[in-house]
Amino acid sequence: MEINEKTLMRDVFINFLREKMTSDPRVVVIDADLAKCAGTLALEKEFPDRALNVGIAEANMTGIAAGLATYGYIPFITSFAPFASRRIADQAMISVCYAKQNVKIVGTDPGIAAELNGGTHMPFEDVAIYRAIPDILIYEPTDAVEFAAALPQIFDYPKPVYIRMHRKNPPLVHEPGARFDLMKADVLKEGGDITFVATGLMVKTALDAAARLEDEGISAEVICCPVCKPLDTQTLVTSFRKTGCALTLENHNVNGGLGSAVAEAAAENCPVPMYRIGVREKFGEVGKADYLRKVYSLETSDAVAAAKRVLAVKN
Amino acid sequence: MDAEIIRLKELAKNIRANIVEAIASIGVGHIGGCLSIADVLAVLYGKHMRYDPENPKMAGRDRLICSKGHAGPAVYSALAEVGFFPKEELKTLNKGGTRLPSHCDMNKTPGVDMTAGSLGQGLSAAVGAAIGSKLSKDGATIYAIIGDGESQEGQIWEAAMYAGSHHIDNLIVFTDYNKMQLDGTTAEINDLEPLTDKWRAFNFEVWNIPGNDVEAIDKAVTEAKAVSGKPKMIVLNTVKGKGVSFVEAAKVGSHSMSVSESDRERALKEIEGGC
Repeated sequence: MEINEKTLMRDVFINFLREKMTSDPRVVVIDADLAKCAGTLALEKEFPDRALNVGIAEANMTGIAAGLATYGYIPFITSFAPFASRRIADQAMISVCYAKQNVKIVGTDPGIAAELNGGTHMPFEDVAIYRAIPDILIYEPTDAVEFAAALPQIFDYPKPVYIRMHRKNPPLVHEPGARFDLMKADVLKEGGDITFVATGLMVKTALDAAARLEDEGISAEVICCPVCKPLDTQTLVTSFRKTGCALTLENHNVNGGLGSAVAEAAAENCPVPMYRIGVREKFGEVGKADYLRKVYSLETSDAVAAAKRVLAVKN
Repeated sequence: MDAEIIRLKELAKNIRANIVEAIASIGVGHIGGCLSIADVLAVLYGKHMRYDPENPKMAGRDRLICSKGHAGPAVYSALAEVGFFPKEELKTLNKGGTRLPSHCDMNKTPGVDMTAGSLGQGLSAAVGAAIGSKLSKDGATIYAIIGDGESQEGQIWEAAMYAGSHHIDNLIVFTDYNKMQLDGTTAEINDLEPLTDKWRAFNFEVWNIPGNDVEAIDKAVTEAKAVSGKPKMIVLNTVKGKGVSFVEAAKVGSHSMSVSESDRERALKEIEGGC
């Protein structure tokens, strides 16, 4: 499909599933009464045998997926991210990952993207939950271009994957047709003074902050890191050795998310002064994304100020 | 009594002896809930299930998911008895590096079809396997054994509702209704009654039978396989620890208990003498 600024992530997702379900009889899609939201409802009509809806029963959805996987099917299960993580933490851990079943778990509307659904639906902990589970890859798409390139690689990855999917159209940071390697972090902009490591919605924020700092003579390297497990430590450490300090940016709790992963990698390989932009000891709340960015200090200005503090420590 | 029933009873006896040998070799284990399902395992592996010990992953095989995963030693005892691995290996139960862990693990044990142990999850996986069987048109029957205490888990009923409403009729589920759980009797902790009514209300065809009677189990499974359009529940009214007097006498205490060398000898004698 042709991708532009208006392309919705969920349309990329549905388009991929439709193609795969057509060409590969192993693909199964399971929803738990949010198929209208994820866009997968259309597939239930097109593939009535292989697009199931179990109703509001996420644990059962996960177990059924695991059972289908034991039969060689490759299930994609979808719900809002809080329910595709904390609600099914034990089923994802035992029936999927511990049992080594190849299930792809899709959690939509991560963090502040939950907007008007508010605190009950606003997961800042989903990545932390999955980071604690062995053998599952965690992928947070940056934009529609990257997501379209990532999905075939995720499909071919023979182990469980958690996809933290924004349903709408976050700004494009990749050129249409850009190449993408699921196992590699992407250096979007080179710089020498500080390394930004960002994921999801915060990649654009990192680029905007880097542009502002550039005007002040500060050169930030911006690394887009959509996969925080397994982490591309090599790319990060190479950059830390060059810049000597780091700032992470995520639409997630700083405890257990990308910031934690990067801090751990830095501490073990190349300790540098750093700060983690992200949600700190707060629950979600209702509001539009712009308001929520203020509440959780996720604005470009927050990143600029934090970068300067980190640079002061370095110097 | 016809020859087949005598054969199945003999198999159940051997499974019980294997359970005692396995658990005695490490000195402690979930012996009560293992002994209570020896008879249904004998009927399934001795007669109804299609499988190949030489090819445990054989396409089109019938599958058993023991959702009460702590009954792993019972499942291993049956698998060893029908040739999936040597009976001698049962003595590695729960020892470091074993292929026979306390709770069922499909990646470790030949013949185990699903990993289980975090209670409530195996029935959903069985529903998934039953759907997989229908999609792949392999004609398999998917069997699941759930615990009575396990039936207090909400996920059991999520799976039941879906199986019933979607007429998943290649699924035969057993409840090991020994009426005891770790902390007490099911009646005093969180009563399941009326249990058969619950399963009927979830659109299952239900049998309510003496759960340690191989003849009754065989008859119920035969009937269940012939019913189409509905999933099936066979409530096995079992005795926890069945076949070994001191385990039966321990009642709730038999959920996990010590089995010494002298216990082992006494138990094997009783099993050998029983029928």
